[in-house]
Amino acid sequence: MLTLAHFLTLGAILFSIGVAGIFLNRKNIIILLMSIELMLLAVNMNFIAFSRFLDNMDGQIFVFFILTVAAAEAAIGLAILVVLFRNRQTINVEDIEELRG
Amino acid sequence: MIVSELQLALPEIFIAAMACVVLIADLFVSDERRGLTHSLALLVLAFAGIITLRLMMPVGETVTAFSETFVRDRFGDILKLFAYLVLIGVFVYAKHFLRMAGLYKGEFYSLSLFALLGVMIMISASSLLTVYLGLELLALSSYALVALNRDSARGAEAAMKYFILGSLASGILLFGMSLIYGATGSLALSEIAGALGQAASGDALLAFGLVFLVVGIAFKLGAVPFHMWLPDVYHGAPVAVTLLIASLPKIGYLALAIRLLADGMGPMHEDWQAMLAVLAALSLVLGNVVAIAQSNIKRMLAYSTISHVGFILLGLLAASPAGYAAATFYTLVYALMSAGAFAMIILLSANGIEAENLDDFKGLNARSPWFALMMLMLMFSLAGIPVFVGFFAKWQVIAAAIDAGFTGLAILAVVTAVIGAFYYLRVVKLMYFDEPENTTPVTAPFDFQTVLSINGLAMLGLGLFSGGLISLCISAFS
Repeated sequence: MLTLAHFLTLGAILFSIGVAGIFLNRKNIIILLMSIELMLLAVNMNFIAFSRFLDNMDGQIFVFFILTVAAAEAAIGLAILVVLFRNRQTINVEDIEELRG
Repeated sequence: MIVSELQLALPEIFIAAMACVVLIADLFVSDERRGLTHSLALLVLAFAGIITLRLMMPVGETVTAFSETFVRDRFGDILKLFAYLVLIGVFVYAKHFLRMAGLYKGEFYSLSLFALLGVMIMISASSLLTVYLGLELLALSSYALVALNRDSARGAEAAMKYFILGSLASGILLFGMSLIYGATGSLALSEIAGALGQAASGDALLAFGLVFLVVGIAFKLGAVPFHMWLPDVYHGAPVAVTLLIASLPKIGYLALAIRLLADGMGPMHEDWQAMLAVLAALSLVLGNVVAIAQSNIKRMLAYSTISHVGFILLGLLAASPAGYAAATFYTLVYALMSAGAFAMIILLSANGIEAENLDDFKGLNARSPWFALMMLMLMFSLAGIPVFVGFFAKWQVIAAAIDAGFTGLAILAVVTAVIGAFYYLRVVKLMYFDEPENTTPVTAPFDFQTVLSINGLAMLGLGLFSGGLISLCISAFS
């Protein structure tokens, strides 16, 4: 039988993988965007699990909004990525370090 | 019932509709007549101000609407009025720079109005859902604004850093929200506060949720150790956009912190006070010390922002109406000061090349005594020298922190403010005692000069008559 704790653990693991992906990834900016997406999906998992086990619909409503905002966020992120690539001809994280100090 | 609820949200509805109107109307405006978009945007803000003033909430009254997701109170109305005022200033300042740099496009205006809408929604949020939506509307508009100059590699890099770290912050905040929802079973901030009052203390879900919430807020505000995006974004963005993101969002993030921590997590204030104290202490020290080492004035002002965030947190962590009022006063004053300081960079920029080095301020007194005086007032106010309004803002937050028992932190704040005065006074020294490298006279359009003069003089005027604004902020929390 699956309990709330199982879902929360899954959510926490997915969230940690997302955060770790942002900090450990040294290669490609697209992987950063995927990590951000994973974090938001982990939050969705939490909300749905709570909503189911608390018998309260609010959490599921929130998930719809998060999905929508995540789509808008991905659009903006990819647009910035295109601008960056046009100016730099690279999307390697290590090459993006002009601003330092 | 529905009509009266809609009327409560009239300023937001008006801004949302007019942002779309500006977006579409701009399609039919040729590049030479872009002034029409500019005037329309200013008119929208003026009208929004009139609407908000007419519907202003009386002292102490709070009304909620739309199933407790939206709240109108005096605190929100005051912040919104200041947000319009700041954005009017930003539009006038930005126009001059955008024209020089060839970035004078309608997108700046529609994106800024959407950012304002995000700030307003955050200010009026009374549920975790509305807090999140307002935050994202502001954040998504600002990411796009930072990348406004498509041909600038620096701008694109800054936008990417802002996007990654901003989204990380939103994700962390959201994770905290999900845990708090799970622990209390509600999204409405008032119900969360009610459930916390009864909950057994030491609930692991709540403790984790609060930590994530505070980290998310600290990221957004730019408090140390979550500040690394701030100097890069301020440096990389076109100065007209830096001006915007240095002033307007701060008002929204103050509302975010007060709504979430005071309204929602109020019963757990002992827990978050300790966390904010650490953040405030680190921000005060690092912001002021690292700012001294900067030779780029945009980066210097970015580190100075970090130290000012420390002061705002100092007011918040008092967790009392007086503390919140002091933090509000500080934020409003800070938004005006930083808008003026970035406007000075625009004033000295020529041919779209930003005057971003401290050396560009050398001998400003010889080139334009009046604007050197304005910059002097802004710098004195940022440094917190008596008579200027920045002093009273610092005084209020430090007094609030002492009343709440954080005497050690208050002493640290005073010491770091003295250290911080060094780099503000260095700018004054460069302006008055150094020879100019560039002797071309300073020129700017009439409206720019007028608004900048009012902004500079306001530092002195608000300082001499600080009682009015302070009592306005206190009335917001009584």
